[in-house]
Amino acid sequence: MSNTDVVITGIGATTPLGPDVTSTWDGLLAGRSGVRALETDWAETYDLPVRIGATLAEEPTEKIPRVRARRLDRCEQVALIAAWQAWEDAGFALPSDDGEDVEPERLGVSIGTGIGGPVTLLEQDDNLEQHGMRKVSPLTVPMLMPNGPAAHVGIELRARAGVHSPASACASGAEGIAKAFDMIRSGKADVVVAGGAEACIHPITIAGFAQARTVSTRNDDPGRASRPFDVDRDGFVLGEGAGVVVLESAAHAEARGARVYGKVAGTGITSDAYHITGNHPDGIGQIAAMRQAIEQAGVTARDVGHVNAHATSTVVGDVGEAAAIHKALGDHPVVTAPKSALGHLVGGAGAVEGIATLLSIYHGIVPATLNLGELDPKVELDVVAGEPRKMELSAAISNSFGFGGHNTALLFTAA
Amino acid sequence: MADKTELLTGLAEIVEEVAGVAKDDVTAEKSFVDDLDIDSLSMVEIAVQAEDRFGVKIPDDELANLKTVGDAVDYVAANSK
Repeated sequence: MSNTDVVITGIGATTPLGPDVTSTWDGLLAGRSGVRALETDWAETYDLPVRIGATLAEEPTEKIPRVRARRLDRCEQVALIAAWQAWEDAGFALPSDDGEDVEPERLGVSIGTGIGGPVTLLEQDDNLEQHGMRKVSPLTVPMLMPNGPAAHVGIELRARAGVHSPASACASGAEGIAKAFDMIRSGKADVVVAGGAEACIHPITIAGFAQARTVSTRNDDPGRASRPFDVDRDGFVLGEGAGVVVLESAAHAEARGARVYGKVAGTGITSDAYHITGNHPDGIGQIAAMRQAIEQAGVTARDVGHVNAHATSTVVGDVGEAAAIHKALGDHPVVTAPKSALGHLVGGAGAVEGIATLLSIYHGIVPATLNLGELDPKVELDVVAGEPRKMELSAAISNSFGFGGHNTALLFTAA
Repeated sequence: MADKTELLTGLAEIVEEVAGVAKDDVTAEKSFVDDLDIDSLSMVEIAVQAEDRFGVKIPDDELANLKTVGDAVDYVAANSK
């Protein structure tokens, strides 16, 4: 692996806070919540204990024409929308418009998802049960497969240097970016479109998470349901959305005079080998991921002024991460937990939160953690609450952990 | 035998629904693949909808022979009950 600098030249997202990065970032700074009461009758039909979710601010069909949309699972739709935005933001034109801005053999894609297309699977199973096999869509498999979001983006942008789709649950989006970083460092690509996507708010996912006792049931107060690090937290809120970045070798970006938001300077990926949903009680995997990222970036723990925490608002998870941050970095980093506002975007989370971390460095401001009334006394960290905090940052870490014991830390630095 | 003009109109509606080709562009001489840019997956969906709408069976080996819109109209006209 070389020491090629890897820079970020484009960012895109569609989230519960807004249909693009600007509106999402403004929402985070303004302290808005993307969590709403679910407008559906199934919560009642199945007597679900959870009737809230962080649904998209804008339906994907506002951006994707009808015929194209019916060939795509919702997860693929949000990935495509975020990828278009990131691509355009990087100053590239779509291959379908006026030719190729990046040599296809030097362009890769790495977009993960945690769950993929279970909603398609269930809809098509309904067709099978009710109308027989003739009514099962020939697009069933390409719509439900977890590599679908990455594959569609790869076709759209004509990427021939490899299309990857990490599946590491709630760390998938971060691992997507880490994989892209490796592709550029190893010389396999000059540009990689990377991130994560998820869109499966459905009775089966809600019921499954509820049975695992991981989701908030604060149905009467949706905007205050997700409260990472707060003493009264009771679980996460399932969300949907996607985040995508354009990663580029510094040389490639410089040669075309691209605007640079910052660098991915190091990544850490570890696995707990402990429990399928619970994190290791000593945080060994989380600590090791953050230390790996620091080491690869060639910075010290002291240089890391900010951590964008994974913190989903579960009772056990949040204190575990807080202790891991404390051990890996110390008590100086200013911490925020964006899932308080965004909900938990599962495979999209690491990418959207990676973008937020990058923008904190770029703009010199850390958004506040929403709904933090009383900090859990076991969290011995400086968690931003109330108002965003303005501060100069040279390096920051975004943490993402997932069911399965996946731990990913992304270390961003200023351009 | 069904009226071919009506069949063409019905088929054009299905093609528009499935593949997004404007109804008026779905004319007898057009090739599904070469002119209308319809892929094999969409062809399966179009065939299933045509079977339901016109009360015909279109086996896979017959579907493979239906190169143009006109071929499909002729097949349906000859085989619908």
